Amino acid sequence: MSTEDKIPHAEADDPAPAAAEGPVTQESAEDVQAADVALDTAGGAHAPSAVPVSSQSGDTGHREATVWQQIVHGNALVSVLAVLVALVLGGILIASTDSNVAKTGSYFFARPSDFLSALWNAMTRSYVALFQGSIFNPRQGFLPFLETMTVATPLICAALGVALAFRAGLFNIGAQGQVIISATLAAYAGFTWHLPFGLHILVVLVMGVLGGAAWGAIVGILKARTGAHEVIVTIMLNYVALFLLDYLLNTPAFRRPGEASPISPRLDETAAYPGIFPDSRLHLGFLVAVALCYGVWWLLNRSTVGFEFRAVGANPAAARTAGVNVPRATIVVMALAGALAGFGGVAQVAGTEKVLTGGVAAQIGFDSITVALLGRSTPWGTFFAGLLFGAFRAGAVQMQIQTGTPIDIVLVVQSLIVLFIAAPPLIRSIFGLNPGKKKKIKAPRRAAVATTTGGAK
Amino acid sequence: MKNSLRSTLKRGSMAGMATAGAAALLLSGCGAPPSTGGGTNTASNYIGCIVSDSGGFDDQSFNQSSYEGIKKSEKDLGITVKSAESKANSDYETNLNGMIAAGCNLTFTVGFLLGDATKAAAGKNTDKHFAIIDFAYSQPIPNVKPVVYDTAQAAYLAGYAAASVSKTGKVGTFGGIKIPTVTIFMDGFYDGVQAYNKAKGKNVAVVGWDKATQDGSFTGDFEKQDTGKQVTKNLLDQGADIVMPVAGPVGKGAGAALREAKGAGKDVKLIWVDSDGYLTAPEYKDLMLTSVIKKMDEAVETLVKDDKDGKFSNEAYVGTLKNSGVAIAPFHDLDSAVSADTKKELDSLKSDIISGKLVIESKASPKK
Repeated sequence: MSTEDKIPHAEADDPAPAAAEGPVTQESAEDVQAADVALDTAGGAHAPSAVPVSSQSGDTGHREATVWQQIVHGNALVSVLAVLVALVLGGILIASTDSNVAKTGSYFFARPSDFLSALWNAMTRSYVALFQGSIFNPRQGFLPFLETMTVATPLICAALGVALAFRAGLFNIGAQGQVIISATLAAYAGFTWHLPFGLHILVVLVMGVLGGAAWGAIVGILKARTGAHEVIVTIMLNYVALFLLDYLLNTPAFRRPGEASPISPRLDETAAYPGIFPDSRLHLGFLVAVALCYGVWWLLNRSTVGFEFRAVGANPAAARTAGVNVPRATIVVMALAGALAGFGGVAQVAGTEKVLTGGVAAQIGFDSITVALLGRSTPWGTFFAGLLFGAFRAGAVQMQIQTGTPIDIVLVVQSLIVLFIAAPPLIRSIFGLNPGKKKKIKAPRRAAVATTTGGAK
Repeated sequence: MKNSLRSTLKRGSMAGMATAGAAALLLSGCGAPPSTGGGTNTASNYIGCIVSDSGGFDDQSFNQSSYEGIKKSEKDLGITVKSAESKANSDYETNLNGMIAAGCNLTFTVGFLLGDATKAAAGKNTDKHFAIIDFAYSQPIPNVKPVVYDTAQAAYLAGYAAASVSKTGKVGTFGGIKIPTVTIFMDGFYDGVQAYNKAKGKNVAVVGWDKATQDGSFTGDFEKQDTGKQVTKNLLDQGADIVMPVAGPVGKGAGAALREAKGAGKDVKLIWVDSDGYLTAPEYKDLMLTSVIKKMDEAVETLVKDDKDGKFSNEAYVGTLKNSGVAIAPFHDLDSAVSADTKKELDSLKSDIISGKLVIESKASPKK
């Protein structure tokens, strides 16, 4: 795995000036990975350079970029293991808050078996309930899995937007705002205009998606034209969207007639995604999400535009040299990311909730960042990560009702997943997955050289 | 340096895994069936349930009071309680379905956000009973009991008391979010102050809320105490010396601002809402003039008891001064700040409201 090779590379990373980096990297030129070469050639547009990219002049931000890319495009095993470790830690947390565990723990030395069985019970009962609430239970069959898919739908759409931006090197925190804006516009079209079946949902969809795309494009334009950092712009636009919605819900145009609370009328039946299975909330939006996954996969891997996005993401300078219009790519990527989040907003408001309230977007936009990271920014990875998070969400409800485990535990597990994904070396060392012995010996030497020649420490 | 750190980490993790492995061995070794029933051996098989809105049961407001009520009935009436906290609006329907699947006899839902979901669940499960807190339907539903509060009545008394105590001739109030359950406090408070002005020929002003335009100061949520502190400072700058925050936990931010003002030598006071702040926010008890109380916990417990005894009705429960569903708290430590005359006037106002001689009106009042 080329990414594993990167570990010593990343660890040797220190704030040494660029001048010191040259000799160090050249010394171990065989260490430079395929990814670096690919970077250097702007995705194969021209022949690989004989000189490692990191030793070329004018490449100051490169090291940082590798760590960043490692986080965003980490390998699948790390994702799976991160989930596993987070679940185990979550289990320990559940056990530690369980009253039975605490009770039996007080006479641990008198009868340890009580304590251990309580511990085991606490952990397994919660996770069994989680499973029953999200996948299968004897009473309802696979109905819970349909609920999982329902909850996952907006997450998958929004996460695709985040992942697409990641691939183009943009950290899109703005999915939340994009979802809110699209949900607002979609809902407005859904309860104000009364159109025939078929046409109505189409109009709702177009309104929502355009709203999301516009909200994303603002970021792209600001970044491309003025150099404003997309992280800051997206965060701020999230607030703008949130408070705009709060304001609108207090206007007669959005508030339900005869109701003083900030809640919109229900969307027309014709404006909602049709259901797929009886007795379940699963709606057509899920199939749309699947289609979007395929679309994004095709865009990234089969189209010229997608190739340009990836080139910009890998190295904007090289992409520009290779003739890619970087500002245009930035704007298009953000607009597309916003449009994808827009599909999420529509799925939420026209699929799941069918009513617009201040909390319509919940935490979808922020969860979708985690989902995209967990899915390694690939469309299908995102799809499965979205399903996993949908399962957490759907299962947490059952877990809470059956076992009284606080729903917050699921948030802890989710956050731990992000933590472990953001620190791949941690996961690797926990499971002893570090590169083989030979390379391990090499790594410290490199690090040592780096510290002596770098003179930064 | 980094290398040694990594090897330590690795060694540590190996040890951790060994421990985990040993623990796993032990666990599988004991292999005892789950004999502990998890404490579900309650005498009654009546199940009372509660679903929060996205504020959660720790909102120091209506979710929490309702939750405390049902927890109390668990202890007092020996019922089984199941609770589900909603994290997002899309959880409401699932949580309610979960409750129905869990066999709940009576399910409480908290807040207007759950209105649609409760209606849908009640329509599908006509044999189950529901009660919704702080929300009433325009069309009654046979198996849903709305629980609402005419809070303006109690807030009126608090406004009157505040106006009589104010030294600067200005009192302030602010809300969390502009929703009826919040503005009803502010309307009542405003009217109470006007009543005092009318009775005494004074001109005490209210800052932070205007009943006529239905507009005023809001913090935007029920979470950020810091914003509450900021808003309170603004109200103090405008000359108010008594502040009533209607924003759940954000009220603590108001308390902090008032504490600072008091430290700077100003004579300021706080009016708490929902519960008796003297007891629930004791860190500010020396500032606490009174509180406008909604006794949700009692209403919840009464409803559970009634339903358990087979006396459920879908008639709305409206908490008023008359049925003690709403009240103002004793003045506690600041009792001496309120004159005996004012106390007498408050008593007569209260009896006038109870008898119906005096009607407190607010756009947010529960519809009769």
